[in-house]
Amino acid sequence: MTTTLDVEHIDSTRIASWRLLLSNPVTVVSTVVLTLVLIVAVFAETIAPYGINSIDVPGALQAPSSAHWFGTDDLGRDVFSRVLVATTVSLKVAVVSVAIAFVAGVTAGVIAGFMRGWFDTIIMRVVDVMFSFPVILLALAIIAILGPGVGTTMVAIGIVYTPIFARVARASALSISVEPFVQVSRTMGVPAPYILRKHVLPNITAPVIVQTSLSLAFAILSEASLSFLGLGVQPPDPSWGRMLFDAQAFLGQAWWLSVFPGAAIFVTVLAFNLVGDGLRDVLDPKQRSIMEARAKK
Amino acid sequence: MGAVLKHPTVAFLSRRLLHSAVVLLGVLVVVFSLLQLVPGDPIRIALGTRYTEASYEALKSASGLDRPLLVQFFSYLGNSVTGDLGVSFRSGQPVTELLMNRLPATLSLALVGIIIGLVIALVVGIWAALHEGTVSDAVVRIASQFGVSIPDFWMGLLLITVFSATFHLLPSSGYVALTDDPWQWLRHIILPASAVGLVAGAILTRYVRSAVLEVVSMSYVRTAKSKGLSRRVVTFRHIVRNALIPVLTIAGIQFATILGGVIVVEVVFAWPGLGNLVYNAVATRDYPLIQGTVLLIAVMFLAVNLLVDMLYAVVDPRIRLS
Amino acid sequence: MTAVLSVSDLAVTIGHRSIVRDVSFSVEQGGTLGIVGESGSGKSMTVLAATGLLDAPASRATGSSKLDGIELVGASDKTLRGVHGSKVGFVFQDPSTSLNPLLTLERQITEPLEAHRNMTRRRARARALELLEAVGIPQPENRLDSYPHQLSGGQRQRIMIAIAIACDPGLLVADEPTTALDVTTEAQIIDLVRTLQHERGSAVVWISHDLGVIGQVADDVAVLQSGNVVEHRGVLDIFDDAQNKYTRRLLDARPLLGRSTPPETRPDAPVVLDVRGLDVSFPVTTPTGRSTVHAVKDVSFSVRHGHTLGIVGESGSGKSTIANTLTGLVRAQAGNATLYNSDGVQGAEVVKVSGRSAAAVRRRIAMVFQDPFSSLDPRGSIGDSILEPIKVHRLLDGQRARTERLNELLDLVGLPESFGQRYPHELSGGQRQRVSIARALALKPNVIILDEATASLDVSIQAHVLALLKQLQQELGLTYVFIAHDLAIVNEMSHDVLVLRNGESVEYREAADLFASPQAEYTRALLSAIPPERPRAAAATDR
Repeated sequence: MTTTLDVEHIDSTRIASWRLLLSNPVTVVSTVVLTLVLIVAVFAETIAPYGINSIDVPGALQAPSSAHWFGTDDLGRDVFSRVLVATTVSLKVAVVSVAIAFVAGVTAGVIAGFMRGWFDTIIMRVVDVMFSFPVILLALAIIAILGPGVGTTMVAIGIVYTPIFARVARASALSISVEPFVQVSRTMGVPAPYILRKHVLPNITAPVIVQTSLSLAFAILSEASLSFLGLGVQPPDPSWGRMLFDAQAFLGQAWWLSVFPGAAIFVTVLAFNLVGDGLRDVLDPKQRSIMEARAKK
Repeated sequence: MGAVLKHPTVAFLSRRLLHSAVVLLGVLVVVFSLLQLVPGDPIRIALGTRYTEASYEALKSASGLDRPLLVQFFSYLGNSVTGDLGVSFRSGQPVTELLMNRLPATLSLALVGIIIGLVIALVVGIWAALHEGTVSDAVVRIASQFGVSIPDFWMGLLLITVFSATFHLLPSSGYVALTDDPWQWLRHIILPASAVGLVAGAILTRYVRSAVLEVVSMSYVRTAKSKGLSRRVVTFRHIVRNALIPVLTIAGIQFATILGGVIVVEVVFAWPGLGNLVYNAVATRDYPLIQGTVLLIAVMFLAVNLLVDMLYAVVDPRIRLS
Repeated sequence: MTAVLSVSDLAVTIGHRSIVRDVSFSVEQGGTLGIVGESGSGKSMTVLAATGLLDAPASRATGSSKLDGIELVGASDKTLRGVHGSKVGFVFQDPSTSLNPLLTLERQITEPLEAHRNMTRRRARARALELLEAVGIPQPENRLDSYPHQLSGGQRQRIMIAIAIACDPGLLVADEPTTALDVTTEAQIIDLVRTLQHERGSAVVWISHDLGVIGQVADDVAVLQSGNVVEHRGVLDIFDDAQNKYTRRLLDARPLLGRSTPPETRPDAPVVLDVRGLDVSFPVTTPTGRSTVHAVKDVSFSVRHGHTLGIVGESGSGKSTIANTLTGLVRAQAGNATLYNSDGVQGAEVVKVSGRSAAAVRRRIAMVFQDPFSSLDPRGSIGDSILEPIKVHRLLDGQRARTERLNELLDLVGLPESFGQRYPHELSGGQRQRVSIARALALKPNVIILDEATASLDVSIQAHVLALLKQLQQELGLTYVFIAHDLAIVNEMSHDVLVLRNGESVEYREAADLFASPQAEYTRALLSAIPPERPRAAAATDR
């Protein structure tokens, strides 16, 4: 049996996501920067020209020079080496804590959004409660309980960023589960776990990926704040936040002590934010169609 | 009475009030649990090297930690609702008193901070949205992305380096009450409030820009244009007014960011507020003081958001009238 | 007669894409030009460009468009502001989004008066009262201080009209003004515009996808296809003697009462679905509180094997709720529904079951939704979507058997086998709807519910899909519950008809009887609101 096909305009030329992503120079640059930061994080100890704790009191508080690119601190330690090595711990804390938040938040959020009912109500109230505390304050309180250190910082940041993942995942799961294509599956007796796996999860990846990139940025900021307050990475290990705290005593006389570690935080966070933004543009259907129109031209 | 309750504004506000009460109860549970979750004996940890048998027993019975958990919770609930937040492990002073001493400094910093943030966000965000796609819009988008990525305490350090350490224009630390000397208050608050406000302003700018863009594409804006109204009327009466409604909600939620920024920035500027208080309390393991600060800041956040809901009821006829 | 608006060689481009080409037309004082076309034909773009209201990003208009002698293409903002609202008024499609939610009706009506007539607040208010009266808003003095959300859709569209005619413009542009409205409201709005035009002598440009509506309002008709005017003549010439192939196709595809009938059936066929006393209410939450909507009130009906029951009603009538209850998406408070096999035995309860047994019964009822774009998972291939029910119920073993079944189903709905590997975004709306039908057929259901299944499609595509549905019914002996707001297509498809209003069954009879002699007042109102086959202008000449 054959029926004439409907003559309608179909736009079947769809541009691959990565090609769209690469059409945005800002995203390309920030991806390159991010890759460099990752390389530094992995090979910091090897790259660093000086030992992070090689004290050289006579050479203290030197301005940046060819020998010490970022100058030296009050104990004569090389700031460049310390900034490089601090990258490792910063990224480690960010990745582990976002992983904690991702697993806990996405699980709770997807189940809440898909199942609805009492579980949803409880999860959402818990999220509301957690949103009532400024992130840094809640992390502070958690560290006050567990004691300072890198491990507790990871747990604390992981906990405080769980609700944002829960909220994003829930909202997406909720909007997908009322889509007609999910409803059709329900009416045909397709079991809930199958719908969740085949329809809901693949369709919520976009917002969750974007949130992951943005959360990595926030996690680095939070770790820096906590280390600044002396609760995160403990001396003598270098950390950007703590280096800035120590720099406070020398604001007038040694600007390099506060500028370089801060710039390291800024550049890393900015790169994560810009990559997240680039991903959002590509993964958001509305933005995407605008970009596709531009790319085709 | 029934008719009053059915009035949409009353119905809306009572729903929001009920919601806030539920959240507040959750906040109290969290804050109460902080002390319970301390691994080991919080009093022994708090006393540290000052530990003696007598001081331990005294502190234990004063804090009520020797009673059953549920009794402790309900007495904590009752006490905190009546404003009794216990005594500081460190100084023995009532926590409420310590908090109230520090509140004015923090409030002025947070308020000036959010005003700076909102003014920047509204001016820059609306302007960028109305010039969407131009070079200046791109500059605003990049600048706001920069602002979001700057740690607020680093911003504080940079401001001190430039304005205090180098040019000696403004003081780098300390607080003067507004009631004592408005001029000195202003001089002292500019730098810390800018550190907090610039970062918040960058975040809010993005929301304002996208809220305005959303409204620009609405059908009623085309209706307004089809009436032949001047550009100014279309922009302000039809676009900006409608865009401000979602911005109001976001500003309420971002108040948490402001309060969080204030805590760290206070340490940078030696600002005698709640941030410095809780910073020292964490260092000395003064748990009741930590609990009190956390509770007070969460309550401030809830209060601001309840205020936003009330503003909503005033601004939006869809809630005011049915 | 003088031309109010004369357009020549108008073209619109967006970026490098040409949207509209070589369009010329003119509208005379007191006359109405109807512009008709399917989605994507560029009909709105044409008129927006001609009136200087085109604001799509990167869009550019060339050619000429003169309103009262003033050139509007390429005119300065100042010139356009002077013209908009004073010499040309606009009514847009969706009245629920065309009014500013934060301003009172008075403010929205008086804005153009203050801008163009320099009226004081007080005089403008008096004029606003007159206008509200003119557009038929009851108790206008109480309505001045109201906000848009306090009005119904039809009333909002009346307000839009009041705004458009506030300054007595010589030209009124109506862009699909009745598309978002129910049929009875549509008829009222058409009458209102005609009356106002008659009283004021203004010219009207009426844009619509619906030839029935155009026939009611227009003196001249321009037919647009992919940005070109393919035919432009008097309304009677277009309807009686269309020269262009596309125009004739549009005319032939238009659903009309009595034009086509459902397939022949055996009247003694057994009942497969029997619904008794169905009652559904559900809670709705708004920012200001919770309330209960009583969507379906004590509705009963039954469907015979191989027959189609048409369920017809306006928005809010509860017709979709019935579909959702039968498929288990919404719970019923009372009533029951029994489903039988095609030989009329093995009854099973549908709405009062839960758990595993519910799934087993419900998969015997399939559903096709309205929106072809959200009915298919964008991340799955067409084959995945169609085969999903077969796969999860383990009905066919082996990849080969499944592929065979997939090809068979695609063939049934008239799609090539290669479509199994395609993804939804590569298909048009009509093709997607065919895929949805194939998926509904996959489990060989006893009943297929079609919930406004063709409402989102262009008329020519709709005609194809309806023909396919009838053909499948005849060949496979399918049983349909056909839910629609359009009485003409219900007439074309159904053996029995149930008319719903506010959740209540108003009339439920055999289709032939119901259309021949409607009993209920409401059914008669619905029937009389359908635009007649011949244009209104024909009534005058025929006499």
